[in-house]
Amino acid sequence: MLVFTLRRLNLFIFTFIMLTALSFSLSFLFPGDALTNLTGQINASPEQRALLAEEYQYNSHIIKQYWAYLTHLFDGDFGISIASHLPISSEIMNLLPATIELSVVALFIAMAIGIPIGFLAAINHEKIPDQAILFVSMLGYSIPIFWLGLLAILIFSIQLGWLPSAGRISLVYEIKHITGIQFFDILLSDSEYKWQAFQNATLHIIMPASVVAIAPMTIFIRLARTSMLEVLDSSYITAAKAKGLTFWQIIYRHAIRNSLVNVIRHVGLQFANLVTLAMVTEVIFSWPGIGRWLIESIFQRDYTAIQGGLLALSSFIFIVHILTDFIYAALNPLARDRKHGA
Amino acid sequence: MSFNPIIYFLTLPFLSVLLQGCNDEDTTLLSTKSIIYCSEGSPEGFNPQTVTSGVTTDATSNQLYNRLVAYSGDEHEISPSLAKSWHITKDGKKVTFYLRKDVEFHHTSYFTPSRKLNAEDVIFSFNRILNVEHEYHEVSGGLYPFFQSIEFNSLVTNIEKINEFTVRFTLSRPDSSFLANLATDFAVILSAEYAQYLSELDSHQQIDLLPIGTGPFKYKEYRAGSFIRYLANENYWQKKINIEQLIFDITPSNTGRLTKLLAKECDIVAYPIAHKKIIERPDLILNEITSFNIGYLGFNTNKPPFNNKLVRKAISYAINKEAIIDTVYFGKAEVANTIIPPTSWAYDAHIPQQEYSIAKAISTLNEAGYPDGFTMNLWAMPIQRPYNPDALTMAKLIANDLKKIGITVNIIHKYEWSTFLQLITEGQHQAVLLGWTADHPDPDNFFTPLLSCPSSKQGRTGTFWCSKEFDKLISQSLQTTDLNKRKKYYKNALKIIEDEVPLIPIAHSKRFQARDKKISGQLLKSFGGINFVEVNKN
Repeated sequence: MLVFTLRRLNLFIFTFIMLTALSFSLSFLFPGDALTNLTGQINASPEQRALLAEEYQYNSHIIKQYWAYLTHLFDGDFGISIASHLPISSEIMNLLPATIELSVVALFIAMAIGIPIGFLAAINHEKIPDQAILFVSMLGYSIPIFWLGLLAILIFSIQLGWLPSAGRISLVYEIKHITGIQFFDILLSDSEYKWQAFQNATLHIIMPASVVAIAPMTIFIRLARTSMLEVLDSSYITAAKAKGLTFWQIIYRHAIRNSLVNVIRHVGLQFANLVTLAMVTEVIFSWPGIGRWLIESIFQRDYTAIQGGLLALSSFIFIVHILTDFIYAALNPLARDRKHGA
Repeated sequence: MSFNPIIYFLTLPFLSVLLQGCNDEDTTLLSTKSIIYCSEGSPEGFNPQTVTSGVTTDATSNQLYNRLVAYSGDEHEISPSLAKSWHITKDGKKVTFYLRKDVEFHHTSYFTPSRKLNAEDVIFSFNRILNVEHEYHEVSGGLYPFFQSIEFNSLVTNIEKINEFTVRFTLSRPDSSFLANLATDFAVILSAEYAQYLSELDSHQQIDLLPIGTGPFKYKEYRAGSFIRYLANENYWQKKINIEQLIFDITPSNTGRLTKLLAKECDIVAYPIAHKKIIERPDLILNEITSFNIGYLGFNTNKPPFNNKLVRKAISYAINKEAIIDTVYFGKAEVANTIIPPTSWAYDAHIPQQEYSIAKAISTLNEAGYPDGFTMNLWAMPIQRPYNPDALTMAKLIANDLKKIGITVNIIHKYEWSTFLQLITEGQHQAVLLGWTADHPDPDNFFTPLLSCPSSKQGRTGTFWCSKEFDKLISQSLQTTDLNKRKKYYKNALKIIEDEVPLIPIAHSKRFQARDKKISGQLLKSFGGINFVEVNKN
């Protein structure tokens, strides 16, 4: 387990260096002045600029500059946004929780629906339900998400009027920003309209989260199906059969648990996919998350925001990867002996 | 570890929330006490004194503040507001206001007033604009565009406090539009006590960002580009406010606003599109009003060939306004015959409708000495305004019209709004598509800001046209209070415009608003910003 941990840590450090090096080099690759791109201070006076140049070792060797940049990052200083003049770190802290919330709920929906369906397909291997499920999942995987999002708004918001089309919660409710995760903030608030707000927030998240969930759900269906098929094919299942257990007993006691372990391994991978999908969805549903902000920053040529946002998002995804690796290792003793990262 | 309980454990809260949606009758929903207005943009600040943009006045003037006097009725008569009465001396040079004694300023989390409105507040509000040395003059840029355009500084020579609740304005000349100007969206009354408090804290800018006023709503929260939250002012002096919250949901995209209206996320939306769809729905209402505005084609009369009035005349014959109304405004506007809309009392029904005649245009162009036509540039404003929702399409239509009389038009549409205005002010253009929205119903608000010599020199109107005769007529009209005389002066002024064609009036747009059937109360006015004080939700 120690070697496993050290290997993951090693991987983390190297990836982090690569990421920051890329983000750092972006300020030179973007048009305009590198120091301005890095700090976001477009209206700095000559004195302020000199001070910034000193702080960022702007006139020293490139390695020193990079080191100065890293030191700023570790101090939580990502520079200020060229467009809004707010510190990037505070913008990220405000927006990232919304994206996490959307992604986690979507992941939950994808798993809660996708995995049982996948098992169902495996149990009915090569029968009609299996083929039907595969067909539908192929379809779900192929539908472009931006189109699906618009279609969902058209049907559920405009035609039926069941679900709201934009935002995280109706503006009517005033929720103080504490954790950034809306549902927690609502529960922590002392408003007399707490439960109305909670319902309203739930209604708001259903549609975007389901849209984000569709593609990963189809992948979970296939993963769960393959993994279940593998398990059902293994010798301990045959042994269990020989013991005289009924089919459903075998499924409950042995097959589900063992095949689930393999699915968990892929959750980390799916999470990256999920966050990418969430970015597109945030734009469609005006979800105030980091993806929408990042895309707006690209339109506004807000280079500091693009750098900071990319760095924050990719580190976040990376950390989730490593965490799922650990969870997988905790669930599956066999994985701990593997020397290399997944 | 068993699998089943986990699934139950995870799905249970989710399901219970869904079920929760079924029993919400016990408490009245907060949404029934709140109104969400989907607006088209973010305000520049919270003090209408410093701006002219409609977005900002819509969001602030009538909601947060009051003026000394107000308009009332269809005739737009001046009626009491913070001043319960006033007195004008015979020579028209001294105006005394008697203030109400029961007006409370907003009590908010950032400031608690200790006294009611008095003369100090009125003096502070106007001295900030008039006195260049004033502590607050330069705060937020020191520009008061509306007051500069009406030459407020040279009009008002002194404001004095007679007693606690009486203020006297001394004018340098009689001006019959003075009261009308004080009733505009821009002439709001701020709190002098708040200003004092802020200057002690040395945070002067806050006065325009965290507003304190006397209006029906008070500021709660603003997130740029996202929303504004106002709460009802429980001490409002005029009446009890029906709703608890007023929220401006800032939604710049047209389709976004429509979606939110159809999905019931907005109670009222500004400038809706797809009017037919809205009318079809039984639960929605579309309101319209002909605005006091004008979209026009302005000529740079300093530059050839438009220094020749025959050329300008020729172009006015060649433009097919009906086609523009159909294509650019989708029929939601009136053809403009002159700069004043027909609903104004200064409108002269005898003004002939502009003729559309290619033959006449060609012969006039020959007469002007351009038988082979010429090449010109036409600048199209880059933003949507009610008076011109799509300047680029309008420019293309005009270019097509002018091709028929041999004029080649290069359309210039590449600058963003502030650069565009800057270049127009410098006179880089030959012709430009612009417009004007009136701030108060006095017809002077069309004549002076659009075509008087001082405003032409500023260049914002794009014409650089200046006529001594015209200026004399409009200033004569301001010096009298006799309505018939004023009508006569304006009639003559309109004739000069018709003859000289410094600009071609194109359309008076209608302003639209869509709302849910549950919302009652008048919001739209034919001029100026919207007002939520009457609005209620059933």
